[in-house]
Amino acid sequence: MVLWWNTAGALDRQVDAAIRADATALVERMSVRGIPAVAAAIEDRMAVDVQNETLYLLLAPDGARLAGNLSAWPSEASGEFPWIRIPLQRDGAVSEARLFRLELGGGHRLLVGRDVAEKLRLRGLLSEGIAWAASASAAFAVLGAWLLRRSLERRLNPIYRTARAISAGDLTRRVPLSERDDEFDKLGITMNAMLDRIAQLMEGVRGVSDAIAHDLRTPIARARAKLEESLHAAHDEDSLRAAVEQGIADLDAIARVFQAVLRIAEVEAGARRAAFAPTDLAPVLADIAELYGASAEAREQHLAVDLPESLDLVGDRDLLAQAVVNLLDNALKFTPEGGTVRLSARLSEAHAEIEVADDGPGMPDADRRRAGERFFRADAARTTPGSGLGLSLVRAVASLHRGELLLRDTHPDAASPGLTATLRLPAA
Amino acid sequence: MRILLVEDDAEVARFVRKGLMEAGHTVEHAPNGRDGLFMAASEQFDVLVLDRMLPGGVDGVRLVETLRGQGNRTPVLFLSALNAVDERVKGLKAGGDDYLTKPFAFAELLARVEALGRRPAAEVPTTRLKVADLELDLLSRTVTRAGKKIDVQPREFRLLEHLMRHAGQVVTRTMLLEKVWDYHFDPQTNVIDVHVSRLRHKLDKGFDKPLIHTVRNAGYMIRAD
Repeated sequence: MVLWWNTAGALDRQVDAAIRADATALVERMSVRGIPAVAAAIEDRMAVDVQNETLYLLLAPDGARLAGNLSAWPSEASGEFPWIRIPLQRDGAVSEARLFRLELGGGHRLLVGRDVAEKLRLRGLLSEGIAWAASASAAFAVLGAWLLRRSLERRLNPIYRTARAISAGDLTRRVPLSERDDEFDKLGITMNAMLDRIAQLMEGVRGVSDAIAHDLRTPIARARAKLEESLHAAHDEDSLRAAVEQGIADLDAIARVFQAVLRIAEVEAGARRAAFAPTDLAPVLADIAELYGASAEAREQHLAVDLPESLDLVGDRDLLAQAVVNLLDNALKFTPEGGTVRLSARLSEAHAEIEVADDGPGMPDADRRRAGERFFRADAARTTPGSGLGLSLVRAVASLHRGELLLRDTHPDAASPGLTATLRLPAA
Repeated sequence: MRILLVEDDAEVARFVRKGLMEAGHTVEHAPNGRDGLFMAASEQFDVLVLDRMLPGGVDGVRLVETLRGQGNRTPVLFLSALNAVDERVKGLKAGGDDYLTKPFAFAELLARVEALGRRPAAEVPTTRLKVADLELDLLSRTVTRAGKKIDVQPREFRLLEHLMRHAGQVVTRTMLLEKVWDYHFDPQTNVIDVHVSRLRHKLDKGFDKPLIHTVRNAGYMIRAD
């Protein structure tokens, strides 16, 4: 549009400028040499105009034509404005003229003009050209947009389908990647990571509800049965009181299991990473060793401690302490009288390792793989007290710290191989 | 002691109130945070027992923050069904002095309330603690019984110090675990019992009168008789 106005406008301005220059020259001539000179000049100009574009009409005061190639004074030229535009019939063709009216004094009137048919045609061509160009570019734009949209759709469709499948409940779906490693793949990778995380959290929630469904129901049922039985069978106050006390103890145990389950879920959700701080774990471990040393002694077990001066890492002091306590608790539980439990720690370049080794019965490979699942208790451990949640928490704490829990035999070839649990954490 | 209990659960409130009154305390009860705040601000209490979550727009944490803002330093024990560690920290940061998670044993609540209410004034530093013929010197960190020096390990010293500061009061296992070992989780074993019995053995050896008593279903108490 701007282009059109500029070019077409320039054409018009060019015509007007030529007419004005022409008229000015004629007026000058008239003021110097009078009307006949003007008429002569007009004749001259018409003679040299090969394109036959110039238009003149010089009228005497009485209306007689003195010079020019216009046959009559057009009625439009008598109006108020000096510039006019009139249709023109020339050589049998319809044309258009742009005219400028001048009063030359003494009643002489002059019209100077141009046949603008050429210009109009030019302008028509220009308009047509612009129109074509505009429609062509519009067509290309539409085509381009369509192509771009189709390609976007093609790249986004898998993401869209995945998101829809997931909102419909299928959490196993992941965004397929094109291996082009472009923005869409980056989006896909981010989405997949997010979905993995959500799946992991859902798994945690499911774990908690499974745990509540299976493993809290049993002790609740047991406690309820005991209370009901004593309600019917208790014959004196003492036995009733004992039954109530037992019931309270059972409930407390249930509350403890519940708390452990929630704690594991809390750790697995990663919410506690907020409490991470640079910590020297050596004094913490020494405290734990001291806390459990007495228990070991009371059971005629030996707790050997081998700790470095300091064990710096970034983590949650309370959770790490609880993890080590759980490991130590397990070790002492499964170590026979007279046996040794060893708590040691060392710092290498990449890792801080905390190790609890016992010489108890150890753990067969199959059990070792399942150790750390919630409520899993090896058959050999069913008779000892415990909830089967200890190692789950240790494992959860390890992964919260981006570390791992490793289990191996303490004495691989002995009859009672023992178990060594290593908590390997990234060093600070 | 005069205790204000702010608890919205009627059953828990009744149970706690009855228990505290049987233990010889006067108990006022407010069922929501706004009434609780009004009573706590206008009357004198020895201990406030606050539910962490309360109806009425003013929850336990807000209540304590407001009281502390007014310069009221009455000891506060939070009761809470929220078990997350951060919640505990939030409660203590707001100005609470102790935190107890529901469900709780009444003995645990009573022990903590009494420990808070009879807290020794912090302005008067003590250098010696004495129960019957047992003496604890906090400066030289020595323990003597009837003039005879008893060797204890540093942790046993702290354990004994805590028991003696609360002489005549029940101190529960979890309180010891929190105050002496600074652990805020339950090791689910009798580790504390082993330490106490070791300490007891050292103190009572050669004397016929035991000082550390086990309180059934509750914890331990050190007393003269």
